[in-house]
Amino acid sequence: MEIKWYIFLSVALFCIGIIGALTRRNAIIVFMCIELMLNSVNLLLVAFSKMHMHGMGAVFPQYATDAQLFVFFIMVVAAAEVSVGLAIIVMMYRNTHSIDINFLNRLKN
Amino acid sequence: MNSIQLIYLIPLLPFVGFLINGLARNALSKSLVSIIGSGVIFLSFLLSVVVFLNVRDEGFIPQVISYFEFINAGKIKVDFAFQIDQLSSLFLLIITGVSFLIHVYSTSYMKEETAPHFARYFSYLNLFVFSMLLLVLGANYVIMFLGWEGVGLCSYLLIGYWFKNTSYNNAAKKAFIMNRIGDLGFLLGIFWMINAFGTVSFTDLFNPQTGIINSISSNSSTLVGITLLLFAGAIGKSAQIPLYTWLPDAMAGPTPVSALIHAATMVTAGIYMIARSNLMYTLAPTTMMVVAIVGLSTAILAATIALKQNDIKKVLAYSTVSQLGYMFLGLGVGAYTGAVFHVMTHAFFKALLFLGAGSVIHAMGGELDIRKMGGLSKHMRITYITFFIGCIAIAGIPPFSGFFSKDEILAGAFAKNPVLYVIGLGGALLTAFYMFRLLAMTFMGKFRGTEEQLHHVHESPSAITITLIILAFLSIVGGLVGIPEYLMSGGHRLAEFLNPIFAQSNNILIKNEIPHQTEILLTVVSTILIILISGWAWKKYKNYQTETAEETGFAKVLQNKWYVDELYDAIIVRPLKSLSVFLNNVIERSGIDGLVNGVGRGINYGSRQIRLLQSGQVGAYILMMVIGTIVLFIIQMFAK
Repeated sequence: MEIKWYIFLSVALFCIGIIGALTRRNAIIVFMCIELMLNSVNLLLVAFSKMHMHGMGAVFPQYATDAQLFVFFIMVVAAAEVSVGLAIIVMMYRNTHSIDINFLNRLKN
Repeated sequence: MNSIQLIYLIPLLPFVGFLINGLARNALSKSLVSIIGSGVIFLSFLLSVVVFLNVRDEGFIPQVISYFEFINAGKIKVDFAFQIDQLSSLFLLIITGVSFLIHVYSTSYMKEETAPHFARYFSYLNLFVFSMLLLVLGANYVIMFLGWEGVGLCSYLLIGYWFKNTSYNNAAKKAFIMNRIGDLGFLLGIFWMINAFGTVSFTDLFNPQTGIINSISSNSSTLVGITLLLFAGAIGKSAQIPLYTWLPDAMAGPTPVSALIHAATMVTAGIYMIARSNLMYTLAPTTMMVVAIVGLSTAILAATIALKQNDIKKVLAYSTVSQLGYMFLGLGVGAYTGAVFHVMTHAFFKALLFLGAGSVIHAMGGELDIRKMGGLSKHMRITYITFFIGCIAIAGIPPFSGFFSKDEILAGAFAKNPVLYVIGLGGALLTAFYMFRLLAMTFMGKFRGTEEQLHHVHESPSAITITLIILAFLSIVGGLVGIPEYLMSGGHRLAEFLNPIFAQSNNILIKNEIPHQTEILLTVVSTILIILISGWAWKKYKNYQTETAEETGFAKVLQNKWYVDELYDAIIVRPLKSLSVFLNNVIERSGIDGLVNGVGRGINYGSRQIRLLQSGQVGAYILMMVIGTIVLFIIQMFAK
């Protein structure tokens, strides 16, 4: 399959993620959208890695799988972030009985 | 042992005295302060005598002792160095000798001050002596300038010694500012010198064999410029036209200070500087002419003002200005020895006159107006006799010291141009007149003060009278070191002594030798005239009665000092003041204040608007971040 399809899919996922994060007020959905963006990037990394496997990778085999390694790093970081973020959301719900992010606007002005 | 190795002690001792008296002024008793203050000066004086004798016996060439590097920047290198030669050793002797006497005098004169102020006074005096010695000993213009500024500072501090009196403070400020104007010229002169010659050291400049000045063509614009600028410094320090007005006001200080600083030593710094740079001045005849004219006009102007003053110290102050004018006349016509000679004799008799005036003021309980004195000769024998000697000496009646030195300057003026001589002689006659007027009005006739004052009048204590007697003795015999050639062959010991300093200049100067007969004739005529005038003044004011009539016409102009202060006030002080007021009201208030406040207000307004962006909505922040990222991408794309 050509690389462009992967890119289209990835960009589409990223845009959905951004639009979701910008428009939705539910904290959990915003969170899911952020995950979506992270994973669209992961997808792109894997796709490019696969593409380069035959070009660059043939010359420098030691770099051939670097991008795929990064994907794991991102996943680990995302997992850690999710645990912290969800904890925050839980605390937020306990305090305000709401998970509407626009509710927390006391830092304004 | 070579005494020259010890010269650093000469200025150091007064400095130590200054530190002790200044720092421990609350702890030391008055007698201890007197002993320390006078003692250090006495030690300096002894050392100066040793150095002087050494110089006289060996007759050596200038000896420079360098202590450390003072400035080293680029091509200019200035050492902290002292130079000992005939000129500086003579000045050392005058300064430390007269200062010591005045310190002793002050111990009695100032004894009514409280202990801390007494110590403050002595610490200032010591600091002054230190600066003056630094000025005289410095082996280059920069070290000289250090001392030059130091004496200016001490003069300021001592004029304003009674700092609770506003008018005294104003006099102090006036002296300082006037001096600063001159100092600016001095400083510019040094800069120019560094630029033109690359050195400020006396040896590098004036050495007969290797000196830089030797290779400069006579009357070149560089030389004239430098000498004129240096002379501007001398005008400020030595109170010449147009910067002389500070000196009469400086009489606000205690009387011994007037005697020491504003008569005997500091004001002669300008003379010393020019005598030191005599070669440079000799090679710039234009400057010489300026010096002579400024000196002569100051001598006459100040003498005319002194005729009508009624404040005992003011008369003496104007006479000082006038005598300094004579010294500059001497320098200007190339009679360097005569000028230095006059510095020496003037130090004796003017210190004597001031201290005598101090003794009178003391006896009169602070009265300064001679119209309210009179008849004091009966009550104060010693003061009267010594003051009389001082008057004879300053008037120039032989064989007292003033006669020899003034005669030498006038002879030099005659050799240069008889017109200068005639005007100079006129000034000398005025001097004789106002001095004998002062003497007669103070000591003769009936007492015109209050009953209380008459009761209080007494001869001063011995610390004062002994000082007066010593100075009177010096005023009588001081002139005998410079007996002119026509009276005694080889009689001018001072000229012989100073010969190495002025030899080069004397070779260059074209001297019209006046025949001895002419010289004798001139001397006899001038002496007779001076004695006649003195007698006339004496007779006229011997039985002075208080006049209530207002002075009119020319006398009023003289009494008001030619309205010079008013003139300066009108053309310099008041325009400056209105300019300052204008700058304050217009430029400062609306211009600078507006700008500064405008910036503040602009930022305040801007932040108030931008603050609205901070909505507290996380979504809005993210949106902005995304927009920002997109903008960056677009820029990146089009920038390539």
